[in-house]
Amino acid sequence: MTATLESPSLGPVKRDASGFTKVNGRRKVTDRTALVLVSAALLIALAPLVWLLVTLVVRGISPILSADWWQFDELHGGAFNAIVGTLQQTLLAAVISIPVGIFVAIYLVEYGNKSLLARFTTFMVDILSGVPSIVAALFIYAVWRTTLGLPRSGFVVALALVLLMIPIVVRSTEEMLKIVPQDLREASYALGVPKWRTIVSIVLPTALSGIVTGVMLSVARVMGESAPVLILVGSTRAVNNNPFEGNQQSLPLMMVQQYNNGPDALDKVWGAALTLVLIVAVIYFGAKLVSRLFAPKKA
Amino acid sequence: MTSSISGPDPMAGVAPGPAPTGDSADKPDAAGKGSVIRLGDRIFRTLSVGSGIVISVLIALIAIFLVIQAVPALLKNSENFFTYTGDWVTSGDELQFGIANLFYATLVVSVIALVLAMPIALGISIFLTQYAPRRLIGPITYLVDLLAAVPSIVYGLWGILVLGPALVPLDQWLVDNLSFLPFFQEPTQIANLSTGGTLLTAGIVLAVMILPIITAVTREVFVQTPTAQREAALALGATKWEVVRVSVLPFGFSGYISGSMLGLGRALGETMALLLIISTAGPLDFNLMESGETFATKIANNAAEFDSPIKTGAYISAGLTLFVLTFIVNAAARSVVAGKAKS
Repeated sequence: MTATLESPSLGPVKRDASGFTKVNGRRKVTDRTALVLVSAALLIALAPLVWLLVTLVVRGISPILSADWWQFDELHGGAFNAIVGTLQQTLLAAVISIPVGIFVAIYLVEYGNKSLLARFTTFMVDILSGVPSIVAALFIYAVWRTTLGLPRSGFVVALALVLLMIPIVVRSTEEMLKIVPQDLREASYALGVPKWRTIVSIVLPTALSGIVTGVMLSVARVMGESAPVLILVGSTRAVNNNPFEGNQQSLPLMMVQQYNNGPDALDKVWGAALTLVLIVAVIYFGAKLVSRLFAPKKA
Repeated sequence: MTSSISGPDPMAGVAPGPAPTGDSADKPDAAGKGSVIRLGDRIFRTLSVGSGIVISVLIALIAIFLVIQAVPALLKNSENFFTYTGDWVTSGDELQFGIANLFYATLVVSVIALVLAMPIALGISIFLTQYAPRRLIGPITYLVDLLAAVPSIVYGLWGILVLGPALVPLDQWLVDNLSFLPFFQEPTQIANLSTGGTLLTAGIVLAVMILPIITAVTREVFVQTPTAQREAALALGATKWEVVRVSVLPFGFSGYISGSMLGLGRALGETMALLLIISTAGPLDFNLMESGETFATKIANNAAEFDSPIKTGAYISAGLTLFVLTFIVNAAARSVVAGKAKS
């Protein structure tokens, strides 16, 4: 210990202090090899990311640079119908799952107190977060189509997305609520503020930036979900502004459709892919921005 | 909505549980006996407890519904559900379907993904927690997270149009030179060798997709390595790698394994990427040059033909198996993480 105190910047390892085995060749080589290996791991991981993004931009940029892409439906050489569908389905899913998810998180943190139900709910949310999207879609299909006999529509896709989105919202909100200092709550109670008012006007605002970030990330995550659209909605090349009725295109669905159209349509597939990634990226970076702008000041 | 209205009932039963601890915090506003509970409080409590119950019920419903839908089809199945390897016959009175092929393909791609992703994730986690300069930690974590932000269908597209073709020479070389191994036989569909749409390509793409989650979990556990342990090792003259080996790895190994299992859970259920890369049914052997159908792609591939409840039931039974499979894997992973958090 004294050795480290004398020259903390060096540490005992690099010294020939008596009593230590010298860092001989073999150990040094092993150490260096390890450093090379872990750095290599990082580069290997980033290679596909770079490769993917470069390909995506190179192949997808030309279709989306034309104004038609954003204005017209697929019948007229654009992707407007798919963009509308994607946004509507995601928005519907968000409208349902954000309140439910936040309330579940509030229950877990503020009311649950590690009761049996709270632990059970946590377990269930864990399970839900592991449910594959295709199984979530099958469940909605089994309820909506087989049991209730209702038609396919964009809204049904949104229902499946809700199942996938809720656990992410619950998880992130829960984490944020947990780090709100207990003192704040107690100060509020001491002033005679009811518990629900404390939650609404003290706890939630304090955690707001984190919650908003988590919610936005969850939106970005489910937006690219493509398994539900295969089962729960039909494709269409025309614009359908009504998610509650009829077929509705979305970007993932458009990619599958156009991909099946053969090599001539590949431009559109890459264009749709780039559009999807761009929308996700806007939300993703938006979330980061929100968390930076509204982050509570650290003491 | 009905469920949240029925909320107060179960809530009344739950109230005694958390009350002792909750009450002490509530005391200031519930003067005296605490009999004055404001309406707002009651509504808010009902809403949040109700949501918790609704979620739990909902997830139970998923399992129950899938079982109910699957049973009729399973009863009509004339083959053994677990061992039948032939083509699926899902109409008429004599159904024939089984999951052996699906299970095999799912397992093979997931195992390839794990084999490739696990060492890399371990390396990144060690680098981030032990070697990286503080300024780099944020950006690197961010980049790895970006991998998770790319929609899976885009990975599929990249896998079949870019990575697959790029792997064709390697595939060809493997078949030419290593065909004495069962993994690298000439595929039954020669087309696989020219498009690169093989189980190997699928596994590599899956590896990229599950890398972020394994890394995130592993890193989180590694960070928690007690500083005293690391410093003790340093004080004994350990090199940096030796510190990792004697303190970080033993401490974080279970977290690493459970992170990998979470990754496995995700790999098992991945649909769209695999649907684009390997969509045709393959035989049941250990050849990585074949294509194949996983649980998820089989269901997605045939979704357009869901026209009768029995037919749908056959696919739902496959979905149910997948659900059970991911449930087991995820539950195991979570329990390891939970055990670690307590100690």
